[in-house]
Amino acid sequence: MLSPGSGNTVIKSKLISRRMFLITAAKAVVMVGLVGRLISLQINQATKYKSLSDKNRFREWKLAPERGAIKDFFDTKIASSEPLYQLHLVPENAKDLDNLFVRLKAILNITDRKVSYLKRVIKKQKPWEPVIVSENLNWSDFSRINLFLHELEGVEPIVSVARTYPDNSSAHILGYVSQISTKDLQTKEYLKDLAVPGMAIGKTGLERKLDEQIIGKVGYQRYEVNAFGKRIREIKIDEGQAGKSFKTTLDYEVQKYTNELLKDKAAAVCVMDVYNGDIVSLVSSPTFEPNEFVHGLDKAYWNSLIKNDKKPLANKALSGLYPPGSTIKTLVALSALENKIIRPLDTFRCKGKIELYGEKFHCWEKDGHGIVNLRKGIQRSCDVYFYEVARKLGVDRLSATAKRFGLGKKVLKDFIEERSGVVPNTKWKKKFIGQNWYLGETLHSGIGQGYFQSTPLQLCLMTAQIANGGFEIKPRIIVEGKNDNLRNYLKHKNENPNEPLPTDLLVSNFNLKPLFKNQEHINLIKDAMFSSSNEPGGTSYRHRFENPKFTFAGKTGSSQIKRFTEAQREAEVKQENLPYKDRDHALFVAFAPYKNPQYAISVLVEHGGSGGKAAAPIAKKVIKKVLERHELRRSIKNQIGESV
Amino acid sequence: MLQPRSIQSTLGIRDKILSLDFVLVISILLLGIISMFAMYSTDGGEFKYHTNSHILRFFVFFGMFFIVSFISIRFWHETSYLIYIGVFILLLGVKYFGLTSSGSKRWLDLYFMNLQPSELMKIGLILFLAKYYHRISIEGINSFRYLLLPITVLIAPVILVATQPDLGTSILIAAGGIIVAWLAGVRAKFFTISALAMLALLPIAISFLKPYQKSRILTFLNPERDPLGAGYQIIQSKIAIGSGGLFGKGFLNGSQSYLDYLPEKHTDFIFTLFSEEFGFFGSLFILLLYSLILSRIIRIGHMTRSNFGKLYCYSFATAFFIYVAVNMMMVLGLLPIVGSPLPIMSYGGSSMMSIMFGLGIVMSCKIYKDVPVN
Repeated sequence: MLSPGSGNTVIKSKLISRRMFLITAAKAVVMVGLVGRLISLQINQATKYKSLSDKNRFREWKLAPERGAIKDFFDTKIASSEPLYQLHLVPENAKDLDNLFVRLKAILNITDRKVSYLKRVIKKQKPWEPVIVSENLNWSDFSRINLFLHELEGVEPIVSVARTYPDNSSAHILGYVSQISTKDLQTKEYLKDLAVPGMAIGKTGLERKLDEQIIGKVGYQRYEVNAFGKRIREIKIDEGQAGKSFKTTLDYEVQKYTNELLKDKAAAVCVMDVYNGDIVSLVSSPTFEPNEFVHGLDKAYWNSLIKNDKKPLANKALSGLYPPGSTIKTLVALSALENKIIRPLDTFRCKGKIELYGEKFHCWEKDGHGIVNLRKGIQRSCDVYFYEVARKLGVDRLSATAKRFGLGKKVLKDFIEERSGVVPNTKWKKKFIGQNWYLGETLHSGIGQGYFQSTPLQLCLMTAQIANGGFEIKPRIIVEGKNDNLRNYLKHKNENPNEPLPTDLLVSNFNLKPLFKNQEHINLIKDAMFSSSNEPGGTSYRHRFENPKFTFAGKTGSSQIKRFTEAQREAEVKQENLPYKDRDHALFVAFAPYKNPQYAISVLVEHGGSGGKAAAPIAKKVIKKVLERHELRRSIKNQIGESV
Repeated sequence: MLQPRSIQSTLGIRDKILSLDFVLVISILLLGIISMFAMYSTDGGEFKYHTNSHILRFFVFFGMFFIVSFISIRFWHETSYLIYIGVFILLLGVKYFGLTSSGSKRWLDLYFMNLQPSELMKIGLILFLAKYYHRISIEGINSFRYLLLPITVLIAPVILVATQPDLGTSILIAAGGIIVAWLAGVRAKFFTISALAMLALLPIAISFLKPYQKSRILTFLNPERDPLGAGYQIIQSKIAIGSGGLFGKGFLNGSQSYLDYLPEKHTDFIFTLFSEEFGFFGSLFILLLYSLILSRIIRIGHMTRSNFGKLYCYSFATAFFIYVAVNMMMVLGLLPIVGSPLPIMSYGGSSMMSIMFGLGIVMSCKIYKDVPVN
């Protein structure tokens, strides 16, 4: 039937339409709202969301910059960044990992342990993150891999750069680089913007001192990444900037030669230009292999280093503290002369020992030296003479002279391993030990024992400043422009024998600081050192050079480890017969050539016995080597604009 | 006034085709084609599974749309209850034989496709209530006796779907049913009372929510609460849309989507992808297209003579609008992520089938606009 009443239908239809009208109005409002939201997001806030989208999209990877080179004085690279062949593996590109490892094992020398380690690493990380199969491939392995590359899917040969050292002769002074640690990041401000995971930074030596400048500027590699962090494509690359290269004052040839000489000994050698403080050689032995530190150290090698009694990791020339022994006698004598305590020809009688308040003070020569003046005291290294001089001088005046000549303070800048040593005096003892000074301790100080502590570098500086006529020099290891005031002054003096200006004025014109009151005193010490090395009876007479070109003037020394007992003294026990650990450290300082000094040297041989026997022969060889290269070195100097 | 029945019931195929609403047909086709491009972009600019299957589905169901159109509205009126009952049985079937995927049981395995009956229920409920309110007299509408059945047929499927669990779809089904009742003249007072009752029951309802549903609502209130977890979708969607700017990043250049920052980009977030690539103007064009479709449906409702047709068209138009609005508000960060597809654009067979079927009945109303249904 038709609807019960079409009127009813019409009313209903009108009701429906009315209500629909309301709904449609509401829809329009919602539509406007949606458009409004689109305007807000896509027009008003578009910039904000675009940058958010880019932040999602791009990820930047830092690229480790190439470390600057360190060169010796003759521009030979003693630390450089060299290409390094590595083998990476991207697990997601490999079809069959197990099979691949079997193939790799056949081609390279990979141990099963390494394979299982790599498999564990692969499990932990994302499949597109590469693992390093081999850190450092040699060229033949690398080319073999390239030959088989077509059947090694997933393997990527990579050429990278890494710190390389030609050998281990300069390991201590150069230091080493290795991976950044969290502590480095916390303590070193300059690493904040620089830190690249896996980047090597300088940990000791020059590598550490120069780190901030030598490290270079970090590069960036911008990639588009997906939501899971996988790199999709490279967008931009900024290679960064290689670090600054540095030229040092070191002579690589001398370093190699000296290192070879010191092999198997616990020893240190330091050679310095006496006029400008240029450090020609600084070697500590035994040495370590710095290349081993670059790519994560082998555990066995590390253990062998730290368990070695001769402490290969310590730079003995900078951080080894030794009583200066008889080498200090030069300064004791100088101090006494300067303070007018003694005159050069004043004599004492050495009977082999003296007694003071019941305590016996022995001379190394049991039977005594007889009548001894200053020159003979230094020549024979007579302990009794210096006991007497020290007693008259007093420790405080001695310490003032010793400090002036560079003992007891750091010589170089920014070497964390360098130590300052100790120059004792009454105040020092009160402050650090809390006791009053005893006269007996003055006597020990007079022969460089007791509280005295110094580094081989300090002893070398001391000798250099005596050799150059008593002027202060600032040792340096990095070549930064000219440093020839003292040479200019000497040249000026030679060319103008009748210079009207008084010496002190002239000296200050050349920006020099004299360490003496009367230069004649310095010459007396130099002459005494000459006699010690070149006149019969001198402590290093046996190791002299006859040729005036190489003739050196030196002073032996030995720093006591253990006091001789009276019984040992009676039995005339020789150093060689003591256990290694109980033998004295042998010391020798010298400058050469005597007539026209150019270089100062200090040699330390731990537990070597007497300085004359163990240290002087080494010094002799090194002096010869250095002097043979002197002309060459001076010619380089001319090239970089310095006058002779 | 009334045309003889015989004329309309013997419409030839040519007449039927000519009386199609071509504006509506073309709008749907245009939207369909746009959705294919969008799908092609989600596949990273290749014809992969989603694109191919979306294109196939669109044309299959677009064909179904015409078939449904050409069947008389009287047939659809007569089978309304049956359709509802059929879909309801399918929903029950889901409960016992359904496929479980990511924690919810929504699908029936029909071998050639996985059917989501809850999507069909969106249309089934509207059809049922349109017929129901068409039949009862205006006086009876607000009597309690006549409210009982509508409430039952609305609540039953809503509970079934909500417990799948699929909160979004169940709310959309309920919205469709409520609209029919409202349009039929059920008093505003009744809706107010129901709303208050719902509000009172809300705490209890919340206690039944799954943890992930609670977290979605909390996340909506503050997306930065958990930027890598539940808030991730809203934040990434807003970034994608906002970074599109005025003109968009260009076709196949939506970095948010092709670098996989965008979740669910085939389905719920297809508008986000489109908006990122085509910008404000592109989005506006889509909104205009949807508005055009809506206005044509309302126009057909206005033209059709039977109250069943009117009720159906208006309700469907409103429900269709709600689907669009809820999806867009969701991806624009104006509503919690409830999981509702964008009609025609989103990937998903059941949704496409349900919308095309609904549109087909609308078109049938147009072709048989003068046919009385009873």
